[in-house]
Amino acid sequence: MIRTEELQLNMGPQHPSTHGVLRIVLRLDGEVIVEAIPHIGYLHRGIEKIAENRTYTQVIPLTDRLDYVSSMMNNFAYVLAVEELMGIEVPERASFIRIIMAELQRIASHLIAFGTGGLDAGAMTVFLYCFRERERILELFEMVCGARLTYNYFRFGGVSQDFPKEFAESARNFIKYMRPKLDEYEDLLLNNYIFQKRTKGVGVLKKKDALSYGASGPVLRGSGIKRDIRKEKPYSLYDRFDFEIPVGKNGDTWDRTWVRLEEMRQSLNIVEQALDGLPSGKVKAWGVPRMIKPPPGEVYRPIESTRGELGFYIVSDGSARPYRMKVRSPAFSNLSLIPVVIKGHQIADVVVILGSLDPVFGEVDR
Amino acid sequence: MEFYLLDVLLVLIFSGIGIILIALIFGLSKLISTAKPSEVKESTYECGNVPIGESWIQFRVRYYIFALLFVILDIEMIFLFPWAIVFQRMGLFALIEMAIFVGLLVVGLVYAWRKGALKWV
Amino acid sequence: MNFSFLYLMGVAGVGIFIFIALSVLILVWLERKVAGHIQSRMGPMRVGWHGLVQTLADMVKLISKESILPAKADKWLFFLAPFVVFIPAYLSYMVIPFAPKLIIRDFNIGLLYFLAIPSISVVGIIMAGWGSNNKYALLGGLRSAAQIISYEIPRALSVVGVVMLAGSMSTVTIVKSQSSIWFILLQPLGFLIYFISTLAEVNRIPFDLPEAESELVAGFHTEYSGIKWSIFMMSEYANVFAGCALCVVLFLGGWHGFLIPKGEPWSSVVSLIWFMVKTLILIFLMMWLRWTLPRFRVDQLMDLSWKVFLPLALINIGLTGLFILGALKLFS
Repeated sequence: MIRTEELQLNMGPQHPSTHGVLRIVLRLDGEVIVEAIPHIGYLHRGIEKIAENRTYTQVIPLTDRLDYVSSMMNNFAYVLAVEELMGIEVPERASFIRIIMAELQRIASHLIAFGTGGLDAGAMTVFLYCFRERERILELFEMVCGARLTYNYFRFGGVSQDFPKEFAESARNFIKYMRPKLDEYEDLLLNNYIFQKRTKGVGVLKKKDALSYGASGPVLRGSGIKRDIRKEKPYSLYDRFDFEIPVGKNGDTWDRTWVRLEEMRQSLNIVEQALDGLPSGKVKAWGVPRMIKPPPGEVYRPIESTRGELGFYIVSDGSARPYRMKVRSPAFSNLSLIPVVIKGHQIADVVVILGSLDPVFGEVDR
Repeated sequence: MEFYLLDVLLVLIFSGIGIILIALIFGLSKLISTAKPSEVKESTYECGNVPIGESWIQFRVRYYIFALLFVILDIEMIFLFPWAIVFQRMGLFALIEMAIFVGLLVVGLVYAWRKGALKWV
Repeated sequence: MNFSFLYLMGVAGVGIFIFIALSVLILVWLERKVAGHIQSRMGPMRVGWHGLVQTLADMVKLISKESILPAKADKWLFFLAPFVVFIPAYLSYMVIPFAPKLIIRDFNIGLLYFLAIPSISVVGIIMAGWGSNNKYALLGGLRSAAQIISYEIPRALSVVGVVMLAGSMSTVTIVKSQSSIWFILLQPLGFLIYFISTLAEVNRIPFDLPEAESELVAGFHTEYSGIKWSIFMMSEYANVFAGCALCVVLFLGGWHGFLIPKGEPWSSVVSLIWFMVKTLILIFLMMWLRWTLPRFRVDQLMDLSWKVFLPLALINIGLTGLFILGALKLFS
């Protein structure tokens, strides 16, 4: 054979499809990847440290900036953790509202993951369709809290304000509109011969690897492990809702994409159930002080965020500011799988696999 | 003979016209465009980082065997065209003859396929 | 050969160039509009009627834009690559019969010429990829080579059937022999293989591997900007038009159509309109595919063309041979 050399290629941070500011250093033998090393930290803002100098309430807007495509989830996780530390009871209506918002957020976020998954494979149209649908969710959010990306909506013991009157109807309209669209996207992308060629058997994540690298969320479920904190360790009022957990078979890129699509369907079901059973009442617990001073202690409260297990570990020393706040971000753990899944594939597969891991760098770098 | 020469000449003339016209557009662009080169602007793009290593290397071309097969079949293709033109006049004899010729090549191709040459190594 | 003939050819050469420039302007606009409407948006709307002059404005911008020459690039390769990519696309227009008698030169090997000449563009793409001294460009250039060795043979074999039916490689004769029946009806398989290979030849989704913007940033033209980049763009669309036009010539009856008056002075104008409409339909089909499908991987493209299209094309030739023999027996 002719002697050939390896090519060292920088992919990112300025690359159209590294989903933010990830840098992967690839060692290539021809077009095949010998080694892939992810480098992170381009979006590091030190949120965990900043949080130590803010009061508990002031941290809520900071959490918005973690996983910026699903801010509601971050609010949710943080607020739940602090509530557990303080022992605050949340009114039922507030819990329902939270679940509606969280599930809508899950759909919005999965739409981005699904659409960019298509974009990475070269199908641009499905991407724009997904953004069109996401726009409708953002309009719902805007109706409720006035913001479209960083909501700052959850409060200790509830949410900042009640739904406006027209919300329930708009949300129902959205569900009615969204269901056939999901079928359409399944036909357009998942059942497409070329997309299946590009994703089936590509980036296979074995169960063992998934568990040992701490993967969670759709990435873990795509590998065939039925694990969802909403079912396993129900928080808020998730035990009252009836939904399925989609699980993939082979753990390849297609399975992960399919799991996301299926989760959107389940989330629509949850939103519908929550809208049906939405109780009346207050949306904020009574008697939560303006300046929060939790009793000394520590708490870890994970929730099933869009990308997997999102948990806030908070240590309180009894003062008005958290002594330490650590975010267990799912995207970070999922991203650490890159060297494992990408190795041996081709350059064209890198972006597709990366897209299926769906990292958001606000959360990875914090 | 001269007829073919004229054809070749025409292709050359047209290439010349094309080159001149593109050169004219380049010239026009040179006249009206700005040129403010700087070190950063002229640096090689590699996603915002300084390139690691060289890009002029002995790259591993993984479709090397395909390329070899390509040459063989490309020549076969050239033989097929004159055959196709006279086919209607030659009839069954030509078809059998070409079937044998293509058949030999196909046997070679199948052999290569079986051997795993038609795989992206 | 005299001076007036050369003069005429010179005019024709400039004419083709202007035709290419205009058709590229319209095709780019069309592509944006088609893409826009497929993706449930409007596309360009501001400059001119429904953004019709948008591409012209872009052209002006691109000409007046700085053309950056990377410090590490091979200057000559980098500079010459746009020429090598564009000239073959330009030359391929020589043998397209737009209407009866409206052809620059009816070579007796016109079809072979058309199959051979545009492939030279690949050399230009490899030059651009290697000359840029950029790894993404290099990968794009090499993918282009991979692409040509995979689609070239099925593409050429798929038209052998047409040559057998027409008994000639002159594009004009091929069109003339379709006056009673379009070859797509006799050669559906050949048409399919030819059309798909043409997609690969003009680097469009699902085969736009050399540029693959989500993987290789911009592929072989990553380092190009301004006028040099726009020449690449122009050749791509020129190739799209030429590829579709030849498809019409080979399979869709060229300038033939209904309602063409005989012997009138405007009958060739009607023929020209027929030809353009058919070509535009094929171009629209290409755009439709581009905005619907994802992209293949290089090895998958190779598998597809070597293991599916190549055997199919050979079978197609055999079937065509039997068909012709049968037809000859029947009518003699």
